[in-house]
Amino acid sequence: MGVTQILFWFLSVLALFSALMMVTAKNPIYSVLWLILVFFAISGHYILLNAQFLAIVNIIVYAGAIMVLFLFVIMLMNLNRETEPQKNKWVRVAGAVAGGCLLLVLVAALKDSEVKKNAAMVGEGNIGLIKVLGKELFSTYVVPFEISSVLFLSAMVGAVVIGKKE
Amino acid sequence: MPINYYIFLSIALFVIGMVGVLTRRNAIIIFMCIELMLNAVNLLLVAFSKMHHAANAAAIPTAGTEGQIFVFFIMVVAAAEVSVGLAIIVMMYRNVHSVDVSFLNRLKH
Repeated sequence: MGVTQILFWFLSVLALFSALMMVTAKNPIYSVLWLILVFFAISGHYILLNAQFLAIVNIIVYAGAIMVLFLFVIMLMNLNRETEPQKNKWVRVAGAVAGGCLLLVLVAALKDSEVKKNAAMVGEGNIGLIKVLGKELFSTYVVPFEISSVLFLSAMVGAVVIGKKE
Repeated sequence: MPINYYIFLSIALFVIGMVGVLTRRNAIIIFMCIELMLNAVNLLLVAFSKMHHAANAAAIPTAGTEGQIFVFFIMVVAAAEVSVGLAIIVMMYRNVHSVDVSFLNRLKH
């Protein structure tokens, strides 16, 4: 097993374990911390696929900004293990069974697909570099880029208007 | 790395996020599980972009960039959505002092 294979399996197991712990943790702050670990594992996968720009943006935007925002909101409301509401046990079992059925259906549908013989290029290839992505973003996709700035402006205005105290 | 491995990993993460949305009652945890689902899709998009790059790199040097640009825009939309969603949750908490989604059943009265 090469180094990339070992890294792939290690990052995958880390991501899946952290996701499971996130969904089952009682204390919401632990959930946020497990989700941050998931984001680090996924950024590790991005680096393995040589998508360097997305790996850094994932860390900065998701783990650095969005999760910190979640932590602020949780601490603002002072949520902890005792105040955590829980669904009825059978509803939770039904949810897990539904998820398992979807997993089974999707895996069975895609298990023997034609695309199996293609391989994702790991560790090489230069389309993940910021220079190539930047060229594409600012030439072919410049209109969505500008519109996303308007989206951010509207989200900012919306968040301030919603959160205002009368 | 065969693309199947990435497909199965992404499906597993997506289903774990979906089970979290169905199973939890805290609105903030549900929101975080939605972010997990978005990240699973991001991972799969990047893997597919590398697959297309591997298949077409001889003909077109920038063959797979669409996947990664799409992931960039998904992150943009997720960031905007999180800010507005958390503002709504904070406002909801200010009114009813709870983030329990079962509590919102009261809307039907």
